[in-house]
Amino acid sequence: MATIAHGEPEAATQTVNYLNVEHGWKSWLLTTDHKRIAILYLISITLMFFVGGAFAAAFRINLLEPQGVFSAETYNRLFTMHGIVMVFFFLVPSIPATLGNFFLPIMIGAKDLAFPRINLLSWYVYIIGAAFALFAILRGGVDTGWTFYAPYSSTYSNSYVLAAAFGVFWAGFSSILTGLNFVVTVHKMRAPGMTWSRLPLFVWANYATGLIQILGTPVLAITLLLLAFEHIANVGIFDPNIGGDPILFQHLFWFYSHPAVYIMILPGMGVISEIVACFSRKRVFGYNFIAFSSMAIAVLSFVVWGHHMFITGESMYTSLAFSILSFMVAVPSAIKVFNWTATMYKGSISFDTPMLYTFGFIGLFTIGGLTGLFLASLATDVATHGTYFIVAHFHYVMVGGMVMAFLGGIHFWWPKMTGRLYSEPWSKFAALIIFVGFNLTFFPQFILGYMGMPRRYHAYPPEFQMLNVMSTAGSSVLGIGYLIPMIYLLWSLKHGAAAGNNPWGATGLEWKIQSPPTTFNFDETPVVTEEAYNYHELEENGG
Amino acid sequence: MWASLPLLADIPLFPETASAQAGPIDLLYWFEVVVSAVMTALIFGCIVFFAWKYRRQQGVRPVHIEGSTKLELTWSILPFFVMLIMFAWGAQLYFAAQQPPNDAMEIFVTGKQWMWKIQYPDGNREINELHVPVGQPVKLTMASEDVIHSFSIPAFRVRHDVVPGHYDSLWFTATKPGKYHLFCTEYCGNQHANMTGWVYVLDQRAYAKWASGGGAQGTLAEQGEALFQRLGCATCHLLDQQGRCPILRGLYNKPVQLADGRTILADDAYLRESILDPNAKIVSGFTPNVMPNFKGQVSEENVIQLIAYIKSLSSQVPASQPGPAVAAPTAAAPKGIVRRPQ
Repeated sequence: MATIAHGEPEAATQTVNYLNVEHGWKSWLLTTDHKRIAILYLISITLMFFVGGAFAAAFRINLLEPQGVFSAETYNRLFTMHGIVMVFFFLVPSIPATLGNFFLPIMIGAKDLAFPRINLLSWYVYIIGAAFALFAILRGGVDTGWTFYAPYSSTYSNSYVLAAAFGVFWAGFSSILTGLNFVVTVHKMRAPGMTWSRLPLFVWANYATGLIQILGTPVLAITLLLLAFEHIANVGIFDPNIGGDPILFQHLFWFYSHPAVYIMILPGMGVISEIVACFSRKRVFGYNFIAFSSMAIAVLSFVVWGHHMFITGESMYTSLAFSILSFMVAVPSAIKVFNWTATMYKGSISFDTPMLYTFGFIGLFTIGGLTGLFLASLATDVATHGTYFIVAHFHYVMVGGMVMAFLGGIHFWWPKMTGRLYSEPWSKFAALIIFVGFNLTFFPQFILGYMGMPRRYHAYPPEFQMLNVMSTAGSSVLGIGYLIPMIYLLWSLKHGAAAGNNPWGATGLEWKIQSPPTTFNFDETPVVTEEAYNYHELEENGG
Repeated sequence: MWASLPLLADIPLFPETASAQAGPIDLLYWFEVVVSAVMTALIFGCIVFFAWKYRRQQGVRPVHIEGSTKLELTWSILPFFVMLIMFAWGAQLYFAAQQPPNDAMEIFVTGKQWMWKIQYPDGNREINELHVPVGQPVKLTMASEDVIHSFSIPAFRVRHDVVPGHYDSLWFTATKPGKYHLFCTEYCGNQHANMTGWVYVLDQRAYAKWASGGGAQGTLAEQGEALFQRLGCATCHLLDQQGRCPILRGLYNKPVQLADGRTILADDAYLRESILDPNAKIVSGFTPNVMPNFKGQVSEENVIQLIAYIKSLSSQVPASQPGPAVAAPTAAAPKGIVRRPQ
């Protein structure tokens, strides 16, 4: 089984593969190949990432001065559009729609996803949603915050709320379609011998994510429809002046948006499981516990939304229930962190770029997770709610966690996706810059938060300036860190060395096929005879 | 307990500690910081140690390990017990923060894009400034004229959203005279960052001096009485005999029998609703559509004045007068009272 080709200098461009099998824009825009759709998604979300990042750069400049550099109108639009673009158009689709789309079918030995046309449809739906959001931006932007809280959004805001909300509503369907496709594919398309207990953990994570996408996203759609209905028809749903209830909006919004946090982080956890095993040359420690913890997170994520309303006036007993449930969801997350760490124990660890991102992920996600305990605990939530403490916490999870995992995954699978190797020195340098820049940007925000600095302020008392300047300085380092991979990855497409089929000596079906893969991935349906992460046998056989 | 840890308050980059609640909350916060630091050090330490110790070396094979159920259970259950401590500790402080003492001084706050309007029982009014005496429990009853705001005093570690459509409240006991930030911490539109102000904590004498000016239009209750007359409320709500509407004397904080059979406590929330939307709850024995709807006619500040007036009627029930027809004889709330969560 273990026939590994280590970086054979094979001319990738000479073999027929999914990239060169057809040419012309039509062959891309009408493709039903999951790998090409993944590339379409990758280009789209990368563009959106840099759009969202540009907003962040701009508002960090504003925060250099206590009185602000830009006007309040400008600042409010900048942070709102940053949030909307990053959450709905980058983070939610990031790993599932790119790496998941590309590798989930291959990893289970399938030729494609269960519904290839629906897969293409999901990309078009995403593009239409993104177009609405960009339209709202170009017409002058939205100023409600990404959370669209009513009644400000429904009645008071004079910005392009409807266009942006419609974009988010619409993009939600793309997320549902991706999730649906993944769940059906994992159930129905596994190769012979690919039992549930042999599924790579990346597949488990995307499967759990798919369930949340299917069950949670419709609630977001309903919420935004009701918001639009109130906005257009003046029917009292959320605005108390016309008979509505503003807290109802928060319940509905967070019923989706808290599980959405796990849509954003679970696939990243899947990536980390793959990488940590490969570069430790070991089976993942506690496979079953990591797989089941993904499912536990998917279930528990639906019953913690009330922790966003501890100071909003929900009853004490409701708060009590949501507090304990929020602590409970920390357990499966902690299980994963402990298991990844234990996987390294007695391994044979190498420090290739994907592994560096994995170190970064585990460390930063640990901090992000632990600071979540401050917010699950009722009294400290009251003291930190609505401050920079929250901002720092979720950026440690979303950026320190998910973006690190995304970059780790891209660096891990880039040779397979493109058939090329990128520059190791540059990629290690970039990983280091990103880690330093990230911490410099967001750690000061924990301190600012407990000192009481409210989020979403374009101007602030002068005593908060020093920490804000540090944060802005860090963000420029971080921004440069994100640009470097863009350059060397694109450069590698033309000039990178041929990667060979399995440059990392990894297990998993995706490493047993050609790089880049052919359109249908496998010449004949593979038969799986071993569990995932069988590095044990690989090493025994002198891999 | 807090007094024994004076050093913590002197750490730079840490907020001032100026209320009775702040110390206990900080203690929990530091507990969480220590737990987080220990866990982070543990994980970082293991990663760095393993990465060095088990770095790839010629001729050294990785060891095949499946996992360990014992370890899995340990690192699931032990942290959960620590979390249970955080849960119980946090919940206990949170509960205390929701129950103001009976002797708390009441101050009224109205949030409005983009200012905080403060009303004192003695008739004083301020904008974006709150004066409170040191050592005296203070309860804020808060309303919003428009969108959701959040009232936050970092030095006191108190915060509560101010949601339009009902009353929210919080309470604190200031412990240190001084001047502290007051922030809105729920994004409320364009000038959200300027919906800020100052809380002045004064010692008892300075507070008495500050308060002695009193309101130009009398106390809050007197302002409410004037409004009561001006709006024509007095034509139906007769004070000492039954008019077309319920008698308001002695009503405040007493149970009211409703036409639909429920019994409800005549608290601030009930009175506010009955002024703005009288048909929402009809008192047993009265007919709907008698009183006009005052929603949009009176501001939240006016409502606060009217409630203060109604409240003042309860503290001066003449001994010879019978209680109002709608009030049950005992002050204790009978079973089945519908209480709005605060």
